[in-house]
Amino acid sequence: MIYFDHVSKVYSPTSTALDDVSFTIEPKEFISIVGKSGAGKTTLLKLLLAEEKPSSGRVFFESQNVHSLPRTAIHKIRRRIGTIFQDFRLLASKTCYENIAFAMEASGSTDEEIEADVPQVMDLVGLMNKAWHFPHELSGGEKQRAAIARAIVNRPDVIIADEPTGNLDPINTWEIIELLKKINSMGTTVILATHAKDIINSLDKRVITIEDGKIIRDAKRGRYVL
Amino acid sequence: MSAYYSRIIKAGFINFTRNGWVTLATVMIMVITLFVIGSIMLSNVLLVSVLTRIEKKVDVSIYLKTTAKEEDILILKSKLENLPEVDEIRYMTRKEALSSFMERHKNNALITQSLDELGDNPLGASLNVHAKNSEQYESVAMFLSSPAFSSIIDKINYFQNKIVIERLSNILTTSRRAGFGISLVLAVIAVLVAFNTIRLAIYTSKDEISVMRLVGAKNSFIRGPFIVEGILYGIISAFVTMVAFYPLTLWLGPKAEFFFGGLNLFEYYISNFFQFFIILLFIGTILGSFSSFIAIRRYLKV
Repeated sequence: MIYFDHVSKVYSPTSTALDDVSFTIEPKEFISIVGKSGAGKTTLLKLLLAEEKPSSGRVFFESQNVHSLPRTAIHKIRRRIGTIFQDFRLLASKTCYENIAFAMEASGSTDEEIEADVPQVMDLVGLMNKAWHFPHELSGGEKQRAAIARAIVNRPDVIIADEPTGNLDPINTWEIIELLKKINSMGTTVILATHAKDIINSLDKRVITIEDGKIIRDAKRGRYVL
Repeated sequence: MSAYYSRIIKAGFINFTRNGWVTLATVMIMVITLFVIGSIMLSNVLLVSVLTRIEKKVDVSIYLKTTAKEEDILILKSKLENLPEVDEIRYMTRKEALSSFMERHKNNALITQSLDELGDNPLGASLNVHAKNSEQYESVAMFLSSPAFSSIIDKINYFQNKIVIERLSNILTTSRRAGFGISLVLAVIAVLVAFNTIRLAIYTSKDEISVMRLVGAKNSFIRGPFIVEGILYGIISAFVTMVAFYPLTLWLGPKAEFFFGGLNLFEYYISNFFQFFIILLFIGTILGSFSSFIAIRRYLKV
């Protein structure tokens, strides 16, 4: 479904983020990408979202080379990928409900679909009673759940989560991971980038380990080993 | 498709009301900009009216010989009227010249007595020529100095006033040019200030714009609400500016009329209220939407 073909990303001669990385992600997989800070995890995800362009190599989403798309067509790929970030990235001027509805509005859903689906996902992530709060009125865990709701509301094929628990306490962390597992069990591919050892070890799923921009290990039922 | 546009417009309105302080600051800057532009327009009206009044005061008188025949004078008059430079000609007959002279000196017994003694009318007729433009008197004077008319023309006062007229005409031209130049510079400064304010307002949203891109929104869907917001800035600012001009012109109108003569700014403002408003509204909305369009472009490249 997703295929990285000998991808390298060089920001400057002294800073190589990714060095000849190749791997494939199958549909419905739950895959964790682990590595130290600066190992290249975020760059990898940015390349998939076409936020960055690779220095060499190609990134495919199904049969589409993501980076051959013109800037005006990238949104078509992005609508099929839900993204969750460490810093939540909610729209500060919109309420929780509007943040989630925005993703649907942007993809051209009808008002009826929005009115039906948004409460449903808010219920799924347990934010029903916070619908009309603005992001600054929510706790960290609530913000991340709102971000997850936004990421899944368009029923994407893939969820990308970049350090989603980095800013959360242990209890909220487990809730978020449980949510991601639930989403994965409903048939969505999940790509989780993290450096949280406990999470990886408890998941018991495929783990790709990156070090200095290279894949050093790709294990079907991996553990966090660095 | 209509849902698409109504969403954009709705989002524009919501942003406009929610971004309270940013909106207020931007509208205030836009009001100042439109106020400067409006003031430039009003002072240009004032300048033009003053200059036109001064220009109207310049004329050339052709004094005709007492022996000149009436039909020759009329031929000369019609020839002058056919000149493209000439705006208006007033013909003063010998009789009129005498009666106006008498009127002026009716308290001077010596003059009236000597006129009575003279019996005949010693004054010649005259033609008073107004050119369309003060620079054109030279060519009118050239036309008149041709030998064909020398039998009936006694003297032309252009040649006595030549230096004064030329100097005045230079001053008028320079004032018009300076007025235009200063207006242009001020307008450009005002527009740049407004443009940069809107850029800053959008700069505060740059993270949101990149998030919108990553969530899968099309560029036009992100840009739309900002342009709606820009148009709203323009509309509100045009309203506020129009309201601000009311007390200002009311207060300044009579003072300016007293000082410069002629035009009352307040009456001008009231009688041209609608045109004035449309111009400010047009400038405001174009400035608002165009600035938004340019400012957001760089953040849409994610």
